[in-house]
Amino acid sequence: MTPNNEQRIVVTGLGATSPVGGTVAETWAAILDGVSGVRTMPFEWVETYQLPVKFAATIKQSPLEVLGRVEARRLDPAGQYGLVAAREAWADAGTPQVEPERIGVVMGSGIGGVNTLLDQWDTLREKGVRRVFPLAVPMLMPNGPAAAVSIELGARAGTHTPVSACASGAEAIGLAVQMIRSGRADVVVAGGTEAAMHPMPIAGFAAMQALSTRNDDPEGASRPYDTGRDGFVLGEGAAVVVLETEAHAKARGARIYAEVSGMGMTSDAYHIAAPDPVGAGASRAMLEAVSSAGLSPKDIVHINAHATSTPVGDIAESNAIRLAFGDDADHMAVSATKSMTGHLLGAAGALETILTILAVHHRLAPATINLENFDPEVSLDVVHGAHRMLPVGDIAALNNSFGFGGHNVALTIRSI
Amino acid sequence: MATLTEQTILEGLAEIVNEETGLDTASVQFDKSFTDDLDIDSLSMMTIVVNAEEKFGVRIPDDEVKNLKTVRDAVSFIAGAQV
Repeated sequence: MTPNNEQRIVVTGLGATSPVGGTVAETWAAILDGVSGVRTMPFEWVETYQLPVKFAATIKQSPLEVLGRVEARRLDPAGQYGLVAAREAWADAGTPQVEPERIGVVMGSGIGGVNTLLDQWDTLREKGVRRVFPLAVPMLMPNGPAAAVSIELGARAGTHTPVSACASGAEAIGLAVQMIRSGRADVVVAGGTEAAMHPMPIAGFAAMQALSTRNDDPEGASRPYDTGRDGFVLGEGAAVVVLETEAHAKARGARIYAEVSGMGMTSDAYHIAAPDPVGAGASRAMLEAVSSAGLSPKDIVHINAHATSTPVGDIAESNAIRLAFGDDADHMAVSATKSMTGHLLGAAGALETILTILAVHHRLAPATINLENFDPEVSLDVVHGAHRMLPVGDIAALNNSFGFGGHNVALTIRSI
Repeated sequence: MATLTEQTILEGLAEIVNEETGLDTASVQFDKSFTDDLDIDSLSMMTIVVNAEEKFGVRIPDDEVKNLKTVRDAVSFIAGAQV
């Protein structure tokens, strides 16, 4: 294996199924239009269990519109979403003809097949041991979606599943870049998937006081940086990118969206759920993402912030950005796209990396919706009202993704 | 439950196989081998067996499943196991 340390790693394919669209094109169009994907949950169990939260950012398009009936039956929703997004990304990359031994997969998830796990537990208790589905274990395991994608594409260079809560999707893309740089693969399909629309995880997040309870106004519930924010909105879906070296992409005549030019991954060692209020770990991740790209903070024109709409988290990230970049943060246009998509947990980092790639590619920073009363404790230039043009020329942007457990990932996306 | 004819069991089994594998119900015929002709793996076979137990009100012991090589084997077993 020959390391590719000098090679630029570029993005040649995008795929997503999200609360605002069944494809990347639909998702991006909805984001630019400021459309909320948050809606009242149509599930009976919301009332059955008297959940304090009655809304979520549920998937826009059923995966059954894309997958066959039998293949869907053999996958947890997390696997279904992952496969839908990976198929779109692979087709978008032009269905690369690559030796199977040179194709890798890195697909993260926060929780994995939680619907299968809990449904099958119900089956065991209500119907007995014999009724438990023989595919229950491969469906519930967190690496199930990655493995399904690997089988679909015949990818044999290696298949990996980072599990780092809400940083998983971004970590997957970072690890995919390292996989190519190490020489283990020429093309890597990377991203995240999540399908936690089940009363138990919702009850768990609610017990942490992590979720918004703005039941009378679901579309206004995810409101990062607004003084009225009261927690995040659970989302679901998947997002996948296709990565390869610039030389490999050019040799096969592929369209290139942008470069993943740097990454920083750190851990807080502070608290299992709360962010470090000083933001030291997040700040180090951002600085490492910029320096490993060979850039300086002045080169960063846009940040897709983690910004989940929790009272504490949004301020902690703002502090971390200022700690990392000081006055240079004044010229960074910050977008909080979770205001529209909700929080896709293990898919969030991948979806927001795609939105960062498209922001750089189209030179448009999306507007943050629901921002009416700007929190004075946040010292960032947050794009709101309307999306904003980014400068012409060579530009770079950051995607921040942080996860319970103190995982911090920052990725630098640079224009081509 | 009234005793079902072998033809009725075949048709019911074909629906179960179709649900599990997507195979056309018409391809599920008495002389077909589950593994060689219908390409049904052992995990799918277990699902088919459990669904058949529910549909036909019979019990198919795990030790018996390995003897159900053809569709006829399964239909005959189910017919004989009915009470």
